[in-house]
Amino acid sequence: MSQINKQSCKILKKEILGTDIISLVIGCPDIATNAKAGQFVNVYCKDSAKLLPRPISLCGIDKANGCIRIVFRVVGEGTKEMSGYSVGDDIEIMGPLGNGFPILNDKKAIIIGGGIGIPPMLGLARELECEKNIVLGYRDELFLNDEFRGLGNVYISTEDGSCGTKGNVIDAIKANAVEGDVIFACGPTPMLRGIKEYALANNITAYISLEERMACGIGACLACVCKSKEKDHHTNVNNKRICKDGPVFEATEVEI
Amino acid sequence: MSTFIPDMSVNIAGVVMNNPVTTASGTFGSGAEYSDLFDLSKLGAVTTKGVANIPWQGNNTPRIAETYGGMINAVGLQNPGIDVFVERDIPFLKKYDTKIIVNVCGKSESDYVEVVERLADQPVDLLEINISCPNVKEGGIAFGQDPKAVERITAACKAKAKQPIIMKLSPNVTDITVMAKAAVAGGADALSLINTLTGMKIDVDRRKFVLANKTGGLSGPAIKPVAVRMVYQVANAVDVPIIGMGGIANAYDALEFIMAGATAVSVGTATFNNPFATVEVVDGIREFMIKNNIKSLEEIRGCVK
Repeated sequence: MSQINKQSCKILKKEILGTDIISLVIGCPDIATNAKAGQFVNVYCKDSAKLLPRPISLCGIDKANGCIRIVFRVVGEGTKEMSGYSVGDDIEIMGPLGNGFPILNDKKAIIIGGGIGIPPMLGLARELECEKNIVLGYRDELFLNDEFRGLGNVYISTEDGSCGTKGNVIDAIKANAVEGDVIFACGPTPMLRGIKEYALANNITAYISLEERMACGIGACLACVCKSKEKDHHTNVNNKRICKDGPVFEATEVEI
Repeated sequence: MSTFIPDMSVNIAGVVMNNPVTTASGTFGSGAEYSDLFDLSKLGAVTTKGVANIPWQGNNTPRIAETYGGMINAVGLQNPGIDVFVERDIPFLKKYDTKIIVNVCGKSESDYVEVVERLADQPVDLLEINISCPNVKEGGIAFGQDPKAVERITAACKAKAKQPIIMKLSPNVTDITVMAKAAVAGGADALSLINTLTGMKIDVDRRKFVLANKTGGLSGPAIKPVAVRMVYQVANAVDVPIIGMGGIANAYDALEFIMAGATAVSVGTATFNNPFATVEVVDGIREFMIKNNIKSLEEIRGCVK
């Protein structure tokens, strides 16, 4: 049988990291044991009128204590319900899902996160043992940035210029002459497009984590596909399943 | 006191399923992904995602959106084509003690017939002909909204099929019994209903359609009363077995369909909310039968008059 578990788990810790940014630590030894950075869990709402699970990336994995951490932004009805959970409450989750980031410890890595794409990069920054440059892009308000301290050189961009480089993550990379031989990134699609372009121009391999509206989370329903360069072995067309074959792809594999 | 074991088996056009529960096409792939979570032999049948004569790319994303108590989808019948299906998916499903219902889609009558012919010598149990998908421009629902087309395509498939054929009907019609009668006139051995109801969702903040396809098929608990009503109407209009579906999430939902006249039931969207929904429906029906001393589902099928 698989390493995927669906369980009702306890919330062990809750923090509000910023405006509508919530952090939950969840006790789930079976899921934590099998999880790696870049994977996600499906969160099932208590209100069954909201019937699709919410796919949320793993921000932290604590195998020793059997727990995971998720950090999400309240963007709709599902995440609003989740934001109301308290310590001690049950939360129904299934995971770990998706492929996760490749752990390449012999490279010099540039880890890039944009907005709510930042949380999974914290998990990766903790897991990777190589030299790391970390670039975090925000609109204005910062969150999680303190937790990256000590994991590598941290560079920040803000759209309003209130902290670090004014502009986006590529502006911060250029302004600080950030170097590396592999990129790991998660964030909004326009950012990932810019990173793919930058990586191609500089001949760097980039692994990007995509998101799309999902239903099943395990590769059955074909809701969350992205166009792929090559014909995919499973679908037999130029579509890859983000939930199952991703969410992390080598950037040249996919059209974004 | 020994526990009484009810007979959950049902007969669809001569094919005996161990229990009345199957998967609604398109929600379950060909079962491989869910086989990691539970034993597919617990299901009466696996109904596969629609397969065409050649691979289909499907629609652009977003393909899916949640709605209150339901969801709309416009996947657009992405499928790997019959060659891959025959090579990979049928041998996979044959490992399980469950019946195989293959959903067949096409853009023209000859597309459907080609798939039916390719499946003729394959070890599958039933063919479900999808003339009701609302998300493809050609074929699909276009065939399912015209009784003459329903009868013609049913007859064309029936002429080449070696397995019994089930016609899957659309609810997006004025009178579904007209389509049901047309399918039976064309030789349908059974009927599946309902497919999804055509819907739409608009993102007010962005002032745009949520789905790339603009419209999508509404499924989930929100449509169940419509589906139960249509199964009841069709069960009273024709004499072939019905596989009822539309918003079934638990055993009581499934029993509504059976009491309305369905022989078997499909669980679809509920699987996204609970990957174990299908097996829980099987277990729940068994419990209901034990509790109410029902020896066979015949006793309650179509019991509402």
